Amino acid sequence: MRTINFTLARLTAAAGLLLLGAAGCSSSPPAVPVDAGPVALRRLTAEQFTRNVHDVLGEHVTVPSRIDPDDRRSGLLAVGASFASVTPSGFEKYEAAAAAVAEQALDASHRDDLVLCQPTAVTTSDEACARTFIERVGRRLFRRSLTQAETDARVEIANQAANTLRDFYAGLELGLMSLLVSPEFLFRVELAESDPARPSTMRLTSISMASRLSYLLWDSSPDDELLAAGENGDLVTDNGLAAQVERMLVSPNLETGIRAIFSDLYDFKQFDDGLVRKDGALFPVYTQTLVEEAKEQTLRTIVAHLTADEDYRDLFTTRETFMTRGLGVAYRVPVATASGWEPYSFPEESPRAGLLSHISFNALHSHPGRSSATLRGKFVREVLLCQDIPTPPANIDFSIVENTQGELRTARERLEKHVSSPACSGCHTLTDPIGLALERFDAIGMLREEENGAPIDVSGELDGIAYEDAIGMGQALRDNPALGPCLVRTLFRYAVGRGPEAGEEALLESLAERFANSGYRVTELLREIVLSDGFRTTSGPRDAEPSGDGP
Amino acid sequence: MGLPLLDCFLNANGTALAQGAPLPLRFGAWMWGCGVNPARWTPDTEGAGFELPVELQALDRELATGGKLRDQVSILSGFDVRLDGRPNFPHTAGLMGTLTGSLPLQDYTVPAPTLDTIIAGEIGGSTRFRSLEMSCTGNPNQSYSYESQSVFNAPEISPIALYTRVFGPEFADPNAGPFTPDPRVMLRQSVLSAVKADRDRLLQRVGAHDKERLDQYFTSVRQLEQQLDILLSGPADLESCALAPAPGPESPGTEVGQSMATNRLMASLLSFALACDQTRVFSMMFSDRISGLRQPGSSAQHHQLTHDEALDPAVGYQPEATEFVYVSMEAWADFVERLAAIPEGDGTLLDNCLVFGHSDVSLAKAHGITGIPMMIAGTAQGALRPGVHVAGATSPTTRVGLTVQQIMGLNTESWGTRSMEATQPVSEILA
Repeated sequence: MRTINFTLARLTAAAGLLLLGAAGCSSSPPAVPVDAGPVALRRLTAEQFTRNVHDVLGEHVTVPSRIDPDDRRSGLLAVGASFASVTPSGFEKYEAAAAAVAEQALDASHRDDLVLCQPTAVTTSDEACARTFIERVGRRLFRRSLTQAETDARVEIANQAANTLRDFYAGLELGLMSLLVSPEFLFRVELAESDPARPSTMRLTSISMASRLSYLLWDSSPDDELLAAGENGDLVTDNGLAAQVERMLVSPNLETGIRAIFSDLYDFKQFDDGLVRKDGALFPVYTQTLVEEAKEQTLRTIVAHLTADEDYRDLFTTRETFMTRGLGVAYRVPVATASGWEPYSFPEESPRAGLLSHISFNALHSHPGRSSATLRGKFVREVLLCQDIPTPPANIDFSIVENTQGELRTARERLEKHVSSPACSGCHTLTDPIGLALERFDAIGMLREEENGAPIDVSGELDGIAYEDAIGMGQALRDNPALGPCLVRTLFRYAVGRGPEAGEEALLESLAERFANSGYRVTELLREIVLSDGFRTTSGPRDAEPSGDGP
Repeated sequence: MGLPLLDCFLNANGTALAQGAPLPLRFGAWMWGCGVNPARWTPDTEGAGFELPVELQALDRELATGGKLRDQVSILSGFDVRLDGRPNFPHTAGLMGTLTGSLPLQDYTVPAPTLDTIIAGEIGGSTRFRSLEMSCTGNPNQSYSYESQSVFNAPEISPIALYTRVFGPEFADPNAGPFTPDPRVMLRQSVLSAVKADRDRLLQRVGAHDKERLDQYFTSVRQLEQQLDILLSGPADLESCALAPAPGPESPGTEVGQSMATNRLMASLLSFALACDQTRVFSMMFSDRISGLRQPGSSAQHHQLTHDEALDPAVGYQPEATEFVYVSMEAWADFVERLAAIPEGDGTLLDNCLVFGHSDVSLAKAHGITGIPMMIAGTAQGALRPGVHVAGATSPTTRVGLTVQQIMGLNTESWGTRSMEATQPVSEILA
């Protein structure tokens, strides 16, 4: 029921926008001069690798979990992907994964879905059928048509292997492997060309735009229609681009894209990697299943809210969410549905509202045995408001502040000692008042009334706005002027895979203004970004990376 | 496990097989986080025969192959990381100074290649695996093995996965009867050839930075080609080589019992892998530099305790945090002991190794980077004098890294940058 409603909401919104577009208003890109930054190869993230395999070779394929870990830079895997390389052990894993994937993709019960021709004999090579397969699958995997030489090399492998192993499909497996281990698959290649209408400006080629759009909006490789638009040159024209963008924004795949954006931004991969560990004796309710559901709860909340074109800022105040019976135990609320998800609203009297009151955030930004007001506050400052918090000074005596024995029983009492020390107060006055508002949520996000027998005071202030509790803090965050512009900056970095350059600042300001004028609708922001010159143009390929060890 | 070698198979020195191929020399790094209490870890006297201090009591073990563990391990105290005005990024500066010889300008950055990758670059090419990286922290995203900021060697965190990788179906078992090369391996080589043919076309289209990244990618392709060549050449002619037994149940995580068990399982698998010459370079992260080790039921981790726990005035140290120093030294002893348990040549596998144990700080409470605790186990085929204590007298930690490189056969005359540049090896540990 819920899904249908969201789809309707999206369609209605899209129809509205088409009308606005016709009136020549909302869909024209911001008219500010842009000096865009460089492009670089972007290595597929582990999640994109898996999704590409599923999209192109079939959902039944189990992709080995041992893929080289992603590189996270400037708080985003999407930025790390522009720097990651492939080490010997990483390549060994890619090759093993390619073998496992190819075997499953072409197993006896699935080969006919993938190979759209019949070989003349299954015990020997069939060049024509192998070529058809390599050309079709290769185009989806390389995100462009293969060159003659690329195809020939793979067909030759398939033939040779088919004859050696006396098995046509075993031959195709080897041919498919050689696509899956190629740098043309593992890296997204973004190319630039001179824009004929503005010869001094470099633009992304039409086929590069296809991948850029598809990984941003869907977190996967372009589908056939988008590839065709890319290969026809449509994506370097305003109308051609707009047509594909409108199609993509109303596709169900947009949900995947939005999930990927917020999973990356909030570093939810830590849940998948099993790194959010808690002490079993102190938190017996806590299990890997619980945290995975907690992560899913937050992502579902975000996707539902944003695809319904609700105000982004209300994510931090909304009482609407989703619940499972397992989560109900940790939230101490009744859940009617025996298995699976149901929509849920935190009641008026609940101390919870907004994403920051979710179990996911509170468990992620805590230690294994205790909550951390500082980590929670640091997350809000750095990730949600784009403000830098320096690392602690090296030589400092912490012993007075966090000792839970003795007189200092609550986090507030302990952290107030930081603020009394000038070396600490600079940062802790920025982080702690935010985190202390969440102190009634323990290290796994369960509600508590006291800490070490002392009542917990959750009042505080954020940039001059005082509040009494977590709900008030959520409201102050929602109203903070830095919240919207920070998301603009983050989404831009995510889209282009690097930090903004000086020549892009004016664009970011303009995008932030337009985001506000749109009522903070994220789908509108995505549209504005992909239609802007920040997304469509570039200064060219990136120069060498600075070594980190200066003179 | 392989049978002990009969002397008649060896040359007169017992360091090589009679056919003339010398036994391989191996290098490994073993790291633990959050240091020690220097006053309780540092031996009182220099040279051999020192009394084991309280935090090194774990070395007081009898070895199954004879002798004492402490006589196989040298202690290096008093070597410093020097900042030259750069920031002391907590737990990063000391680690990077020790492992790369350079100090980062920004936190969480790697200024230069780590020691293990420098050595693997030189000696890693002739084995099936260029190097093996392992971690007892359960975190697949963290090791301290970096060729550069972008080229990071991800660790094995699961003993079962390590077993499968090294001793799975591809392993050529010398005790499994006649060897027949697998035709699929040859076909996999042709897959790699096709990928290499894509190279020139791709390189023409990218910028300088991407060219570096692609060069790294193609280096990795060549490494796998070599691996496949080695697979086709059949089992190693090494008497001590045997198929490792499959590890039992595992439990990745940072509770002390979990990390200790992982360390023992990994050490055992590694010892078989080394005896079969599957690799000559390894690194192990026992605990993160921000050590997440913890005792079950405790609200605090090792790292937190080093900062939060009050000094007990009666003893002058942090009792709870110090428990983790004992744990770390027991784990180091377990690891080295395992390598000494495999007979090889006329001695043990450990005799053909150089294992460099180190932390990221001295006293974690103060993020101290003077007197980084370091140890070396194994004689590296008689090149090193084991069982001695050397006091570095504030000389840079890079002297140890320089010594290690020279022993491992590299022509390195100086190592490190600025005042971390070292030109004098630690002669006290040379045989």
